[in-house]
Amino acid sequence: MSDLKFTKDHEQIKIDGDVIWVGITKHAGEALGDLVFIELPELGASVDKGNDFAVIESVKAAAEVYTPVSGEVIAINENLPDNPEQVKEDIDTGWIAKIKLTDAGELEGLMDEAAYQAFCEAE
Amino acid sequence: MAKHTALHTYHAAHAKSMGEFAGYEMPFYYEAGVLSEHNAVRNTLGLFDVSHMGQIQLSGAGCAAFFEKITPSAFSKVKHGVAKYTVLTNPQGGLVDDLIVTRLADDVFFAVINAGCKDKDIAWIKENLPADVKLEIFDDRALIAVQGPKAEAALSNCIGEDLSALGYMRMAKYGDLWVSRLGYTGEDGFEVSVPADKALALWQNLIDEQGALPCGLAARDSLRLEMGYPLYGHDIDATTSPIEADLSWVVRKKDADYIGGDIISAHRENGVARKRVGVNLIDKGIAREGVKILNADGDEVGALTSGGHSPSLNKAIAMGYILSDYSAADTEIFLDVRGRKLKAIIAPLPFVSAKTKSNKPNTGKAA
Repeated sequence: MSDLKFTKDHEQIKIDGDVIWVGITKHAGEALGDLVFIELPELGASVDKGNDFAVIESVKAAAEVYTPVSGEVIAINENLPDNPEQVKEDIDTGWIAKIKLTDAGELEGLMDEAAYQAFCEAE
Repeated sequence: MAKHTALHTYHAAHAKSMGEFAGYEMPFYYEAGVLSEHNAVRNTLGLFDVSHMGQIQLSGAGCAAFFEKITPSAFSKVKHGVAKYTVLTNPQGGLVDDLIVTRLADDVFFAVINAGCKDKDIAWIKENLPADVKLEIFDDRALIAVQGPKAEAALSNCIGEDLSALGYMRMAKYGDLWVSRLGYTGEDGFEVSVPADKALALWQNLIDEQGALPCGLAARDSLRLEMGYPLYGHDIDATTSPIEADLSWVVRKKDADYIGGDIISAHRENGVARKRVGVNLIDKGIAREGVKILNADGDEVGALTSGGHSPSLNKAIAMGYILSDYSAADTEIFLDVRGRKLKAIIAPLPFVSAKTKSNKPNTGKAA
């Protein structure tokens, strides 16, 4: 089992001190189909938990990505707009943005991998 | 409860994404994915189930005259076996549907109408039907589109007929197969009307023996978008005249004695306030139906009616209506995508050149 955390909106999160890396889950990547563009958040933007802060454009539709925590966007993955399929890779290469947390308490309630798998099967 | 086509068992077993379209449960894409399906049609061979579309036949002495009443096109001199793209017009000069009409005999015309407009079109035709024209609806026939550069060889092999002499926008009957050389992709190809109980065998043979890739509605949409073909309910509807919709080529010159003809003639003579145009995005992003078009001052001057990623061009393209002052090619505009203002320019249609079969005789000289 990984140290990753997961949301009900199919984001996956890597926690690195007070910085969290936000990406999408393998399950979400498969459901989206062929990807054509990713709209990144602005560097330095402050985001609130639950905001849609990035958009994944597939051949069929636009899918919003929600930030699971509040904080400041301190890095964005500039490779993604030109290589959107990379978002389906592991979070170390497929991350969308890194957010500096303002409230570590917001991490509580995120699912671990086993809970997320059970959530996907039940969905 | 969604309706099923004759090929539903295949779709249910093989589609990766299915959904409801015009009241039918249809495949959006199969295992290969939308991009591979799109590219198969451009480069080799793709197959589409379009059995949800309506197949109708009108017959009787007043048939050509009737089509010249319900459409703005000329039908009196159309030769047997020739298909024409046209529109059904309403009294306001708008469109009830777009359709392909094929003259089978002096007094017999076959037509294929949009799935989502089927009930409305049939009611509209019945409402206007003269006593000397009879309407038949072929609910027992499926429709399979065979599209791509290998379509002629594959379908000829499959049905055991030489289709090389069948011209573009021409139809021929081979037993109970009605084969039309046309499509909605810009590639060479055919639409085959087949009795519903024989559809699955034909479909499966084209896949297993001829190497065709089954394609869903998503690829059909990206292919037609690249060609600038309008999709009813999106790029054209009851409020768009053929002149506004950049379909003035379907409007006959000889008279305006058709439904809505007075308004459409006035549009042609006096010009229109808005026009359907193509749009090329300059900034990165995807702009879809509903996105507002802004001028350099930020004023709203139009809206997109279709848009997405062009797999063939590997860039974002769109179509929409814009005030005529902004409709010239290369005019700079902005698209309001979730508050981001993406730079774009008006583009001539089509985005990708059609490779449909040429009906010009081969003179032996290089073009």
